[in-house]
Amino acid sequence: MAAVTAEEPRQIDRREIESVVIRFAGDSGDGVQITGSQFTDTTALAGNDLATFPDFPAEIRAPTGTTFGVSAFQINFGARHIATSGDQPDVLVAFNPAALMVNLTDIQPGGLIILDSGTFGTRNLEKAGYTTNPLEDGTLDKFRTLKIDISKLTLEAVKEFGLTSKEGLRCKNFWTLGLVYWLYGRSRKSTTEWLQRRFASRPEIANANVAALNAGHAFAETAEMPGEISSYVVPPAALEPGIYRNVTGTDAMAWGLLAGTQLAGVKMAFCSYPITPASSLLHALANLKHYDVVTFQAEDEIAAVCSAIGASYGGALGITSSSGPGVALKGEAIGLAISTELPLIVVNAQRAGPSTGMPTKTEQSDLYQSVYGRNADAPLAVLAARSPADCFEVGIEAVRIATKYMTPVIVLTDGYIVNAAEPWRIPDMESYAPFPVAFRTDPEGFQPFLRDPETLSRPWVKPGTPGLEHRIGGIEKAYSSGHISYDAENHQKMTETRAGKIDGIAKDIPLQTVEEGTEGGALAVVGWGSTYGPISRAVSNMRAIGKDVSQVHLRHLWPLPRNLGELLGKFDRILVPEMNNGQLVNVLRAKYLLPAEGLNQISGKPFKIRTIEAAICEQLEK
Amino acid sequence: MTVQQAPVALTAKDLTSDQEVRWCPGCGDYAIIKGVRNALAEIGTPREQTVFVSGIGCAARFPYYMATYGFHTIHGRAPAVATGLKLANPGLDVWVVTGDGDCLSIGGNHTLHVLRRNVDVNVMLFNNAIYGLTKGQYSPTSRVGTKSPSTPLGSIDNPVSATEFALGCGARFIARSVDTLQKHLPVVLKRAHAHKGASFVEIFQNCIVYNDGAFAHFTDRAIAADTQIFVEHGKPLLFGKDNDKGIRLNTSALKLEVVKLGENGVTEADILVHDEKNKILATMLAQMQPPAFPVALGVLYCDEGPEYMTAVYDQVEAAKTKKKAVPMNDLLHSGHTWRVGL
Repeated sequence: MAAVTAEEPRQIDRREIESVVIRFAGDSGDGVQITGSQFTDTTALAGNDLATFPDFPAEIRAPTGTTFGVSAFQINFGARHIATSGDQPDVLVAFNPAALMVNLTDIQPGGLIILDSGTFGTRNLEKAGYTTNPLEDGTLDKFRTLKIDISKLTLEAVKEFGLTSKEGLRCKNFWTLGLVYWLYGRSRKSTTEWLQRRFASRPEIANANVAALNAGHAFAETAEMPGEISSYVVPPAALEPGIYRNVTGTDAMAWGLLAGTQLAGVKMAFCSYPITPASSLLHALANLKHYDVVTFQAEDEIAAVCSAIGASYGGALGITSSSGPGVALKGEAIGLAISTELPLIVVNAQRAGPSTGMPTKTEQSDLYQSVYGRNADAPLAVLAARSPADCFEVGIEAVRIATKYMTPVIVLTDGYIVNAAEPWRIPDMESYAPFPVAFRTDPEGFQPFLRDPETLSRPWVKPGTPGLEHRIGGIEKAYSSGHISYDAENHQKMTETRAGKIDGIAKDIPLQTVEEGTEGGALAVVGWGSTYGPISRAVSNMRAIGKDVSQVHLRHLWPLPRNLGELLGKFDRILVPEMNNGQLVNVLRAKYLLPAEGLNQISGKPFKIRTIEAAICEQLEK
Repeated sequence: MTVQQAPVALTAKDLTSDQEVRWCPGCGDYAIIKGVRNALAEIGTPREQTVFVSGIGCAARFPYYMATYGFHTIHGRAPAVATGLKLANPGLDVWVVTGDGDCLSIGGNHTLHVLRRNVDVNVMLFNNAIYGLTKGQYSPTSRVGTKSPSTPLGSIDNPVSATEFALGCGARFIARSVDTLQKHLPVVLKRAHAHKGASFVEIFQNCIVYNDGAFAHFTDRAIAADTQIFVEHGKPLLFGKDNDKGIRLNTSALKLEVVKLGENGVTEADILVHDEKNKILATMLAQMQPPAFPVALGVLYCDEGPEYMTAVYDQVEAAKTKKKAVPMNDLLHSGHTWRVGL
């Protein structure tokens, strides 16, 4: 690896910039996601703050060269705090004409387009829907372009390794990555090491990819770059001191749930059924079996939640995961867990809907489903993660509430959060207070539904405990004994008690605070989930130019924090940006009779900062 | 794995809960619960180690009447809940109580998977060929032409054979009995309990209100001897009032036939000997129907194979020997990390 240490042989005048947004795009088979995640790791190691947005098609390997087969990975990185994956890319790396076709409209005028001219043949242009060649017809006039026959240069770089032409072309993403690394003065070390590890059993593939990476880098260094192409330096960001790692929402959720069960002292039984974009959580936890985690791929969504409930009944913590359509199938069983008052966690990685909708596109349209979406009066707790790293905290909190209150908890993430990565200051587990579960073992005075006067939760008993044999079920139960009861007054009391138990959780969660701004004023922007990033940046920007706007972001969606109504009442106007057609906005209006207004984007994509800025300005002008 | 406790002394009364039984007078379920209690008393598993899990329907009320742990869940899902329970605690004795609608209609998928996974639970199907609790609609086991509130002109769909379905799912223990067979039922249930893996027991149960006498054509005492055959491993398949009728394999047509000893030169040597490890034979026995054949009762098939939860926990143990479960803090620091300003 001498080539790596011999990096930066000559001093280059690099332009210092505060932040950059790069989008890599190509066929789903071009290795775009791997390129993106390698760039992410290297960028993090260089000390930048960052946010990423992997955006891939539902089709696993769509026909090559087609627009619907285009996969993309966007990263925003900088020397300052990075709140989102970026409104508009400054740089587009397009591996084929289809990638250019799909992504060009998003690129900043004057932005840099790096493209593989070797793929711009008649056949590919036709498949992408071009009638004339965009490299020649003026389409790219308002951009800076680097037209390079990457395919050919890659094949030359790897020819000594004896790969087939097809295998050789698979290295072109690393050739391109080498070039982009040079543009931003980045080290190839981490990626080189990753390639050696990843292809340890096929050294010729590892070596070919490393050679391609180095060749792309050398090309950029030695080629006469057109005058308008600069190389840049993005200095490290001023991050809070600590030890950092990159984390996706999926990994953070897996670890959060594990940490939560450890703090509670219960075994985790994770029962799930594959669905996009939730399946990755099952994969992550299936790799944590050495932590006594039991994972179970059930035969369907209903079996997944039912087996989780069975596990909770057996004294483990049953957790299931899905996306909106799957959670719909679980609805009846969630009602059973509410009725029998057993702990259960349902993680919903939301996606665009209804029905199959757009499985790989993000949305936050399952708030109603979570809070209200069951037959009868069936309250439970609902939490939402705001970012990939936040999934860790939310996972722990879900375990705490589920076990302390003997209730199902729905945890909302979304397609963006589960796939995206961000740097995470690794917390110290010693700073979390344990919340150990006390299983009931004493037969003296035992009744299965006798409640803790403080939490209103019933005792958790493991079958196998002598002297506590009892029966539970979905039929209405007599208040303490749990025997079948069709008594009218008892049903009223039980319904109110189940609601009261969930409402009471509000006493046990933090008071709502203002993220940024003041506790009262002209405008509060209230959000939940993954809109956190764009809202926080938009509010910061608007405050920086003197606008009276504050940010309130909710983690606990049900019950809502007990001071929320009072807090929001101190603002003249309330704006609720959501990636749905208006859900939290109506919950807030119904609950607090407040004149909240929605900003609703249902495009399957995260908000752009400027969209929220514009809405803030509009509200303040009213 | 939880170690099973030694058998304890139990009576049927010890297994009876304080809840008032709410089945219709004369329901076959009364006879079944008596048989189950007697079987459990003989098995002697401590009450706290036994769990009854049920779905929805008349049969599903069963757990409330047993002085063990019990979970009355939702329609069709008992096998899934029972699977989760075993994931949490594989050492428990878990019995799934289900009816023909619960098991073969709304819950058919879960029945399929609990059987093919071979989860160590005992599934008792109370087959009365009718929906009782919803007031008498035809069920997936009702014979064609069943008149019911939803099929006033008679049902037109073909019934499913529960045992053939279970065999097709890969069940490794299949048995049959009748609610009123108070000596036979506990014997079958004890065999089901002793079987490591999923056991499937179909119990023909009479619904006195909506489908009275549905199985009378082979359960009526007057004709039972000639319309039932009790199969036993290693014994010839003989039946009849005088025990002189038998089942012979017609090898040229590859089918079973009923023959009479002493007629046309038939001797006991011609009669098939029951081999409960023979799945093909079990399938043919499951298919036998009156009037041409007697109904086969007893253990049709029993051939142990790898049990699911054993494999689940073997994997957990294997994962532990391969990878060390480092403290959470170390796990969070595994992989690429970097230091900022410290």
